[in-house]
Amino acid sequence: MTASAKGEKYPDIWRKFSPRETLIRYAWQLAIVFVAVWSLRHLDITWAYLLDAHIQAADLLTRMYPPEWGYFEDIVQPLLETIHIATLGTIVTFIIALPLAFLAARNTTPNSITWIIGRFILVASRSINTVVWALVFVAIFGPGPMAGIWAIAARSLGFMGKLIGEAIEEVDTGTVEAIESTGAGRLKVLLVGVLPQVMPVIYGTTVYRWDINIRESTVLGFVGAGGIGIQLYSSINQFQWDSVAVILLAIFGVVVISEFVSAVVRQKIT
Amino acid sequence: MSYPTTWKRPGLIDNPVYRTGMWIAAGLYLVWSLGTLEMDWGRVSQGLPRAADMVSRMFPPDFSRWNLLVNGVIESVEMAVAATFIGMVLAIPLGLCAARNLMPTPVYAVARAIIVLSRTFHEVIIAIFFVKIVGFGPLAGLLTLIVASISFISKMIAEDIENMNMEQVEAVRATGASFPKLLIYAIQPQVLPRYLGVSIYRLDANIRHSTVVGIVGAGGIGMTLSATFKRYDYDFSLAILITIIALVFIGEIFSNWVRGRLR
Repeated sequence: MTASAKGEKYPDIWRKFSPRETLIRYAWQLAIVFVAVWSLRHLDITWAYLLDAHIQAADLLTRMYPPEWGYFEDIVQPLLETIHIATLGTIVTFIIALPLAFLAARNTTPNSITWIIGRFILVASRSINTVVWALVFVAIFGPGPMAGIWAIAARSLGFMGKLIGEAIEEVDTGTVEAIESTGAGRLKVLLVGVLPQVMPVIYGTTVYRWDINIRESTVLGFVGAGGIGIQLYSSINQFQWDSVAVILLAIFGVVVISEFVSAVVRQKIT
Repeated sequence: MSYPTTWKRPGLIDNPVYRTGMWIAAGLYLVWSLGTLEMDWGRVSQGLPRAADMVSRMFPPDFSRWNLLVNGVIESVEMAVAATFIGMVLAIPLGLCAARNLMPTPVYAVARAIIVLSRTFHEVIIAIFFVKIVGFGPLAGLLTLIVASISFISKMIAEDIENMNMEQVEAVRATGASFPKLLIYAIQPQVLPRYLGVSIYRLDANIRHSTVVGIVGAGGIGMTLSATFKRYDYDFSLAILITIIALVFIGEIFSNWVRGRLR
């Protein structure tokens, strides 16, 4: 036995990876860094603006303090509107997402064409951001909360449809076959065999999405789709930073409370 | 007790009083919320014909200004890639600080507070502040996505560290390893796969968000998109929307593929 062979079998120094693996890992790391640096350099960025960024940020913060508390009265109504948009949007989603989920789940869809249609709607809905949907619905319904409700619904549809559809695909087939063997029709199998099994997932995702929607509905006003975003955008554009501070604190409160409510409800359901 | 002769499906709430109460409460909420929302019903009722008009103007999608489209998309993707990478790097220290089992309570509390604060506000709100601070353009969008990435990835790192196997940490600590060595030999091997998975997921999320920060002037395809809506240039809007859907779809496939390989 030569020394080198012995060395390969029992190296003196422990290494996690073989030299080949190490080389591949370095190559990957180098490639990632290269892509990131290249992206950064290719962007049209004036780095000089970053130099006084901290001064500008400090300036903003000092202008925000003290917050203009009197302004709070004016934003109670918009805050409620924000919550209403999120809630009503989630209710609309709940109604549309159920049939769509059955369409997009492989084991409940009538045929492969309906499956592709269902999948396509889900992908399109999820790919487009709520704010972009809001642009579309503002063009349709005009500025106001109606556009916001539909924007929320349009984006949530893909989220809920996907999660519910995945739950439907993982349903216990024994129960479904038992119902089928009683001679039940397609609809009855879905209602009695499949639906009760996915009900907890449906409620869970609905509440979870509601809490995300509260966060999303705070910016709908930027494109005119109702809610607190309108006041936030106009206060920022009018440089009323003390009012901006009040709005931000209010948004923070609402989002934290809704996250808490959603967590408690989900824990009770599942 | 006599058994019922017909079977009824059990509901979510057994108590009939609570159940009907829930429905009544839901009904009252609908009346209240729809009643207080300030809706211009006259304008809303024009919705259907307007939508029909919009759809007819959208077709066929207009790809003739493709260089504007391609430039916007490239800028969005570059913002997403660069932000994910910088976010990945910066999330490590914050994630370590936010792990309860590694850090003293004050450090943990501060790190968690930073994460909660930056997660509460929507990306678009953060974007508008960066636009005010560094001006219009991709730099504001880049910074926004970096902030969003840091808070998301560091939260996941912290949770993963809190759930890791402490015996391995103690074993390494028993050899007299220093804190950096502890990080490299005991913690890093346990959390690395999830960290990479979360980062790839974040790349996917950043691509989605990079298409929207432009609406408040922070660069990317969103700027072009919102301009087309203002100019009723709907056939170009549809072209952009189709491109965004394709882009996000590709990003999702890529992300799933990488995460599948990491497992």
